Amino acid sequence: MKAEQVIQTLQAMNQVIDREAQYLTDLDAAIGDGDHGINMKRGFAAVSTKLEGETSEDCGDVLKTVAMTLISTVGGASGPLYGTAFLKAAQAAKGKTDLNKEDALEILTAAVEGVQFRGKAARGEKTMLDLLIPVKEAYADALDEGLSLEETKQRIFSVMDESIAYTKTIIATKGRASYLGERSLGHQDPGATSSYFLIKTVLDSVE
Amino acid sequence: MVGIVLVSHSEKIAQGIRDLSMQMASPETKILAAGGLPGGEIGTDFQRILESIQKADSGDGVVVLVDLGSAIMSTEAALDFLDEDLRARVVLADAPIVEGAISCSVAASIGGSLEEVKAAAEESRGVSKF
Repeated sequence: MKAEQVIQTLQAMNQVIDREAQYLTDLDAAIGDGDHGINMKRGFAAVSTKLEGETSEDCGDVLKTVAMTLISTVGGASGPLYGTAFLKAAQAAKGKTDLNKEDALEILTAAVEGVQFRGKAARGEKTMLDLLIPVKEAYADALDEGLSLEETKQRIFSVMDESIAYTKTIIATKGRASYLGERSLGHQDPGATSSYFLIKTVLDSVE
Repeated sequence: MVGIVLVSHSEKIAQGIRDLSMQMASPETKILAAGGLPGGEIGTDFQRILESIQKADSGDGVVVLVDLGSAIMSTEAALDFLDEDLRARVVLADAPIVEGAISCSVAASIGGSLEEVKAAAEESRGVSKF
């Protein structure tokens, strides 16, 4: 995947987030402060505008632009979290003009570590990590097993469906939802859901 | 003199705590309110936090007080973008933002060191209201 396609994928992310903003906000209103969709929409709209002037062929440069824009414009916890994810991804992609599937794993791993580092969260705390960590592991396994692209996509989609369902069964211990304690049970995590849309957009754009 | 930055989701909270703190602190104490988003909306603004820290420093360092969640993460992200030199003298206080701000404003205005000002904020954590 060349920088131009990375930019196209990011523009597609903006469209998906824009379309799903109300849904994300509704999920967040149930267990948080009800701004996740609005914040993500503001952040990705800014990314989209910023990328219109992006001319670098270095995928790392593109991802770094995204990181800085998200950190500066999102306004909620997802700003520093996704911003740091993209920043670590940018470091992993630095100097690369055409990303292959091994690069993708390196980038995804760095991004997930970025979220863990910034949020100081672990799996099972009802956060975006409950989707991102299983996705990273599923992708690593798929590469190990030499699955085809279609098989890999299927594997990741099925892991994402399980992960999203899993977030309904656990109590939030990080983020605003942790103030609700047991009342967060039964609700789907908005952060894991926005991560689902971002990963889905990447999968849909790889052929 | 040690500077103080107040990071809140709300511009009014940060500004209000600043006003409250300035009643106790000497007029030259640098207390900067970094609350809310540029449009006055609720949220934490990385850029505003970064610039406030830079402005609050006069060479003796900066203590940052935060309200909740993303205020901490936005501040930590901002710290990553400071010059190494300044980064080394900026600390986050683990303290309630109202009581912490009052305590550390006083400590800063009487010439407390960075450690002393941070400690003043953190001591307020255990102070009972009654």
